[in-house]
Amino acid sequence: MTATQEPTAGAEIGRDRRRKEDQRLITGRTRWTDNITLPGMLHLAMVRSPFPHARITGIDTEAARSATNVVAVLTGADLGEGQGACINAWPVVTDQVTPAHLPMPTDRVAFAGETVAVVVARSAAEARDAAELVEVDYEELPAALDLKEAAENTVLAHPDLGTNVSAVWRFDSAEAGTGGDVEQAIAEARENGIVIEREYRQQRLIPAFMEPRSVVVDPTGEQITVWSATQVPHILRFAMAATTGVPESKIRVIAPDVGGGFGGKLQQTPEEMIAFAVARKLGKPVKFTETRSESLLTAHHGRDQWQRLTLAATKDGHVTGLKVDLLADLGAYVAIVGGGVPVLGAFMFNAIYKFPAYQFQTTNVLTNKTWTDAYRGAGRPEATFAIERLMDELATELGKDPLEVREMNWIKHEEFPFTTVAGLEYDSGNYEAATARAKEMFGYDELRAEQAERRARGDKVQLGLGVSTFTEMCGLAPSRVLGSLNYGAGGWEHAEVRMLATGKVEIVTGASAHGQGHETAFSQIAADRLGVPFEDIEVLHGDTQISHKGLDTYGSRSLVVGGEALVRALDKVIEKARPVAAHLLEASADDLEFSGGRFTVKGTDQGMAITEIATAVFAAHNLPDGMEPSLDSEATYDPVNFNYPHGTHLCAVEVDTETGQVKLRKYVCCDDIGVVINPLIVSGQVHGGLVQGIAQALWEEAVYDENGTLVTGSFVDYLLPTAADTISFEIDHTTSPATTNSLGTKGVGEAGTIASTPAVVNAVVDAVRHLGVSDITMPCTPERVWRAIADGSSGGATTEAAMPHFDETEGGVQ
Amino acid sequence: MIPAAFEYVAPASVEEALAALAEHGDDAKIIAGGQSLLPVLRMRLNAPEWVIDLGRIDSLRGVRDGGDHLAIGAMTTHHDVGQDPLVHEHALLVSKAITHLADAQVRHRGTFGGALAHADPAGDLGAPALALDATFVVQGPGGTREVAAADFFVDLFETAISDDEILVEVCLPKRAGWGASYEKFVRIAHQWPIVAVAATVRMEGDTIAEARIGLTNMGSTPVRARATEQMLAGQPATEEGVAAAAALAADGTTPPSDLNGDADYRRHLATVLTRRAVLAAAGRS
Repeated sequence: MTATQEPTAGAEIGRDRRRKEDQRLITGRTRWTDNITLPGMLHLAMVRSPFPHARITGIDTEAARSATNVVAVLTGADLGEGQGACINAWPVVTDQVTPAHLPMPTDRVAFAGETVAVVVARSAAEARDAAELVEVDYEELPAALDLKEAAENTVLAHPDLGTNVSAVWRFDSAEAGTGGDVEQAIAEARENGIVIEREYRQQRLIPAFMEPRSVVVDPTGEQITVWSATQVPHILRFAMAATTGVPESKIRVIAPDVGGGFGGKLQQTPEEMIAFAVARKLGKPVKFTETRSESLLTAHHGRDQWQRLTLAATKDGHVTGLKVDLLADLGAYVAIVGGGVPVLGAFMFNAIYKFPAYQFQTTNVLTNKTWTDAYRGAGRPEATFAIERLMDELATELGKDPLEVREMNWIKHEEFPFTTVAGLEYDSGNYEAATARAKEMFGYDELRAEQAERRARGDKVQLGLGVSTFTEMCGLAPSRVLGSLNYGAGGWEHAEVRMLATGKVEIVTGASAHGQGHETAFSQIAADRLGVPFEDIEVLHGDTQISHKGLDTYGSRSLVVGGEALVRALDKVIEKARPVAAHLLEASADDLEFSGGRFTVKGTDQGMAITEIATAVFAAHNLPDGMEPSLDSEATYDPVNFNYPHGTHLCAVEVDTETGQVKLRKYVCCDDIGVVINPLIVSGQVHGGLVQGIAQALWEEAVYDENGTLVTGSFVDYLLPTAADTISFEIDHTTSPATTNSLGTKGVGEAGTIASTPAVVNAVVDAVRHLGVSDITMPCTPERVWRAIADGSSGGATTEAAMPHFDETEGGVQ
Repeated sequence: MIPAAFEYVAPASVEEALAALAEHGDDAKIIAGGQSLLPVLRMRLNAPEWVIDLGRIDSLRGVRDGGDHLAIGAMTTHHDVGQDPLVHEHALLVSKAITHLADAQVRHRGTFGGALAHADPAGDLGAPALALDATFVVQGPGGTREVAAADFFVDLFETAISDDEILVEVCLPKRAGWGASYEKFVRIAHQWPIVAVAATVRMEGDTIAEARIGLTNMGSTPVRARATEQMLAGQPATEEGVAAAAALAADGTTPPSDLNGDADYRRHLATVLTRRAVLAAAGRS
């Protein structure tokens, strides 16, 4: 059982420290990849396919080659095997169909935006100018664009593969022995219960990180140095070595300050590989920085699923089974995690509930569109959306309050640890406490009363209340579990602690921050553990020469896995210091206590600070016999379980029934993320996550037209919200410490994104349900809401055309 | 996001600008703030050989009292027009529209004349200019001429300005005491309007004596909601009366269908927004 309790407060843990990295990040007085300029550095520009599927019949580089200051124009054939390959690290089934993915294809392009040639010039502008001069002859091929049609193999995305279906991955609780037979549960419910059948669309999204991707490669020197705006320097180094034949020891990858990723920089990109190959071929440093247009077009997209769902329940509302059948759009290639994204969702459709039977199947489909991969939440937002929408539908069917139906089905706090029907063991949680607190903050009963009053009055502006009680599996991940799922790597994390001679401390983490605030949070952990001032700690990361071991940052893993590795390394430092302290204090090690950064001899006032011991060890004049003169320590930690934050999110929206416009009225959430290291960082994570999840519900959608052209190719048409579009969120926490790490922490990086999307859509549907609406396709545009009110549909498809705002005609006036 | 190379000239007078335009003609683009042209250049949707910048022509800036009208210099920024007390007093509709125009950065760089000459039907200034019967003063090799608003907007991105002419001034007849409202419908704040309605009314007691209504993004040019205007004239400003008139607002319009909404939805929006704009302009909401 897990009681709700206050965090054990150290001097630093739990303190709302301002982030130490922010001054340099916000003022730009730092090193981003694109700031790096090396002597003799050349610049790259990519020539990209305008067609989604075409044979390359000829590339004429003559004019580009002779342009001013152009050094080379190279095609895939020119780079040959040196270009390596883009890897898929997670073949979800052993017979997965995986198209070969050359960074620059030689004969055929498989999505609009794919690179077919690279121009190398002395300046970025000259490279761009010359790229316009490269003439590529294409023979257009039929393109597989629509996900459902592609699943039927009507047109093949890769004709030589013979199918678009990359993999079918399935979990069945009866087969796995974790629960009953779902078909039987559905059959029984059809006879004598309730069956809810729905189909939901997870639209395609674009991660849209702030800093476009950028890469610099310097082949001069003994190691090839790669700077990249990536989330995954360690994985990138591995992939570069594995696919090019360059020894791993000859590659150094540096992720300097990186401006956001949201999963979008969890990739080994074609552009990184092309830059690597060009630098090696020419023996010169090169840089490639994408434009925003290139970023939206070619950096991997996220989501893009159809979800067919069947929920079976008894007449009183106890869920007896859930069946999930997904179509997932992989795009043109199976990206590094790619097909694993829907599989990450497979364990989460049952969410916080005690479902007796469960079945999940995903069909992963190749199409001629930009490849898809992890995007904040990766699989879990999709799962949470589906079940939280279904629980509202069940409540409607029963005529009950949606929170009441959830409570009937959720795991009670005294039932933890709880093994779910998907086979996961949830360590701790308290859904009752989080829900009670959220309801109180929200003023749930008052808002319900207002809703009833507006309905009775026939107000043109209707109020809707949406609920989302989410949990997620994060803190990726136990290596054994990853192995059992056929993932290509482990999920451990590494940390080192260096005790400097002057009493300062350097911490090295293998988690590669790209905006999360690792430097602050990890400093707080170390400050408490070692008893040294926060300011005296430096956190180093993101350089394979400094942080030689690591598995990087994604899946809300840095704190719960990397933080635990750090704690273990810190504890080793203390244990190494203990015999030195005993020696110098002329006491028995057993008589020493360590607290507040000092070893003291029990019952005396004699003591010594750990920083003084660090200085003594540096001098090494007077150490115990045989002792190695170093306190430095490292630890590699492999988690024993995932990590299960949860929370109750409540959203109120006002829907203008005349226009369909949705306005956020109130949003409150009470998340249980275990012990909080830094409340300010947590608030930032929750706020940002909420906006991204709300954006999926209301605003963002990547749209292709029938020619396979990305219509939402700029921020004019891909509607990224700003602060002007959101409201102030009210957030709070309950605390059920995680039992699987010593700090009691749970991940928070994805929580807001996972929870908020269904809360908002549930609210929108709730506002107009009495007008005959039971679903609205995301994003819930005003037009869709208006059409749903008009005819009870879910709002129809998006028209695949953008409004022209920029005059492309030649010459003329203002 | 690197434009193709171009030559840049920033003349100090309209005459010099006209000379540059005469010399480079079809190979030139005029920049008047650059809030639309620069993205086009950076995305390489267009690559003019010459860019003629009107930004250094001081005579094109400022709001002048012309007696029965206000004369707004073409290169006056949106911000300066929006903050101008004369505009607020005599052309309130323009002040209202500018508060909704793009964001603060754009309003400080973009210009009143530049936006109107760009003639994006989703631009926020066309409908107010049309509703207010603005007069556009253009200057060419043979001197200046005046173009009525009804004749100025020809098509998508196309105006009555000839290739050898420059828009120098926009004149707005004074309409002190008129109520005004600009109802702009967007999904996110920094978006171009899906539809917007610019309405200004002259009240006599509780009666709408005169109404002028322009519609944004309801066709390839800004359009007037004439049927609605006529029905409103002389009617009391009641919710029902205004709604009945607003129901005619989309008559004869040809709105586009795109990501943000199909034509039928836009026509519906036009009627709802027209009702709201007129009632707001009449002080009834």
